[in-house]
Amino acid sequence: MSAVSEKPAMNPMVDAQSVHKRFGRLKVLKGITMSVPAGAVVCLIGPSGSGKSTFLRCINHLEKIEAGRLYVDGELVGYREKHGTLYEMKDREVCGKRAEIGMVFQQFNLFPHFTALQNIIESPVRVKRVPKAAAVERARELLEQVGLADKADAYPSQLSGGQQQRVAIARALAMEPKLMLFDEPTSALDPELVGDVLAVMKQLAEQGMTMIVVTHEMGFAREVADAVYFLDGGVIVESGAPAAVLSNPQHERTRSFLSKVL
Amino acid sequence: MSDSPVMPDQGTSKSDSSPDAPSGASGEAIRAIPVKHYWRWVGAVIALLLAAVVIRLFVLSPNIDWGAVREFLTVPRIMAGLRLTLIYTVLSMALAVVLAVTMAVMRMSVNPVLSTISWLYIWLFRGTPALLQILFWFNIGLIIPKLWIGIPFTEIYFEADTNRVISTSVAAVLALGVCEGAYLAEIVRAGIQSVEYGQSEAALALGMKRSLAFRRIILPQAMRAIIPPTGNEFIGMLKTTSLVSVIAARELMTEAQNIAAQNFLTIELLIVAASWYLFVTTIMTIGQYYIERYYARGSSNRDLPPTPIQRMRASFRRLLLPAGGSVPSASGRTTS
Repeated sequence: MSAVSEKPAMNPMVDAQSVHKRFGRLKVLKGITMSVPAGAVVCLIGPSGSGKSTFLRCINHLEKIEAGRLYVDGELVGYREKHGTLYEMKDREVCGKRAEIGMVFQQFNLFPHFTALQNIIESPVRVKRVPKAAAVERARELLEQVGLADKADAYPSQLSGGQQQRVAIARALAMEPKLMLFDEPTSALDPELVGDVLAVMKQLAEQGMTMIVVTHEMGFAREVADAVYFLDGGVIVESGAPAAVLSNPQHERTRSFLSKVL
Repeated sequence: MSDSPVMPDQGTSKSDSSPDAPSGASGEAIRAIPVKHYWRWVGAVIALLLAAVVIRLFVLSPNIDWGAVREFLTVPRIMAGLRLTLIYTVLSMALAVVLAVTMAVMRMSVNPVLSTISWLYIWLFRGTPALLQILFWFNIGLIIPKLWIGIPFTEIYFEADTNRVISTSVAAVLALGVCEGAYLAEIVRAGIQSVEYGQSEAALALGMKRSLAFRRIILPQAMRAIIPPTGNEFIGMLKTTSLVSVIAARELMTEAQNIAAQNFLTIELLIVAASWYLFVTTIMTIGQYYIERYYARGSSNRDLPPTPIQRMRASFRRLLLPAGGSVPSASGRTTS
């Protein structure tokens, strides 16, 4: 199968080719194909259970895919391909790949026993072996960037949801990722706190970060995304520029979904 | 009172028009006469009387020689026994903790061989009496007369008499530690499983290896659930060491009984031993509070749990203050 091992000429940051995933007998992804160029912002929308979060988790190999090919920056996710044979990657290699991909969760998942600053420096210091002083300096810059310079010593339980999520974004950025995955980053927030998080994400997009965002924030998708994919039942129903998909959907399922969320 | 109004606006108030009711709308502080809890006082008095009777029976008993208790409290043999008890407790708990964490991790392993071995270990050592295990380890030389360490197919080896290696003390520590490890393993497993899955997922997404995520992220959070029952087990172990008297280890309990066998001051020496057990237990309890406070960092309850002294002060205050309603909630919040 040399055809699939052939890398595209201009490496997209994420290249999914007919990705399949199932949990037991439940097929969650039934052939997802998409290409995300470096520097692009892509929003995945769709009803719950449509597979968007699962697809996101496949990209950093938190979930294993069963069929298809998934490349990040031109390299297979979770496997090495040699002479047409796939070899599963060792844990250590998978960790190395994950370290290059930032992920932000719906429930923030900050480490509650660490302060904001400790949350941010933990992985750079322990995984990338950055000297602690440098990591702390970088963490303070990042906290500044997300507007929480004064919260370095606060524990997550002392922060609001919006603040926690911004710390979580700073924590992911501290690893200097080449790709950021956002899994419904504002869904667990009070409406009035959503704006702060979206502002940070927008700023990140403007700096040229490649971002894949699972979201229900259609305003954000419209304003920031380069492309929007509508998923339903494990397949991409419709995709394209945000204006086209969100304002002039071609498929009935897209239309009925948008009529409910807008 | 049968005609007391249920509907909110009944123009004419009937019977109980209390004088300080009307102007309550503007946020005035409530100054009410508290309910009198007469039965609380009655209960307290009865309990105190009973306590006094019990204390009188013991303290003033002509059959207890308190002078002898004081005399034997610090004799060298008792002190040596106490030292040995502490050493057995600490060493066997250390062994138990290492075994417990290993077994808990093995139990949750995806490798069926490892999880089965862990299951069997817990099944075996939790399912047989500690006393039996102590005797078993002490007599292990009957099964394996010689211990042998060497490199296979070479002449390099080291051999020793089992009974020489497994002395009384080693048998005691092995038996107590291995037995306790089985209980602790379940406590550790419960603690690890109490940590949200999102935590390990976040750690993995940051590129951490499983071992690092476990050590830095999962275990410290699991500690919050692990520490209280482990404190229990630690105190339990302190007392369980008294079982090794069956293999003539000369720890506190054995020494107390040995002395009593010579001078017939049975009760007095039991009191001596009891005093020391209580003393050490008290120290341990205080230590446990401070460890719990340490691991409570960043917990959703923003105030740290009170220290024993703070708790004591708070409960005294609760006892003395008549107003029952508002005080208990304040008791846990005092951090001065």
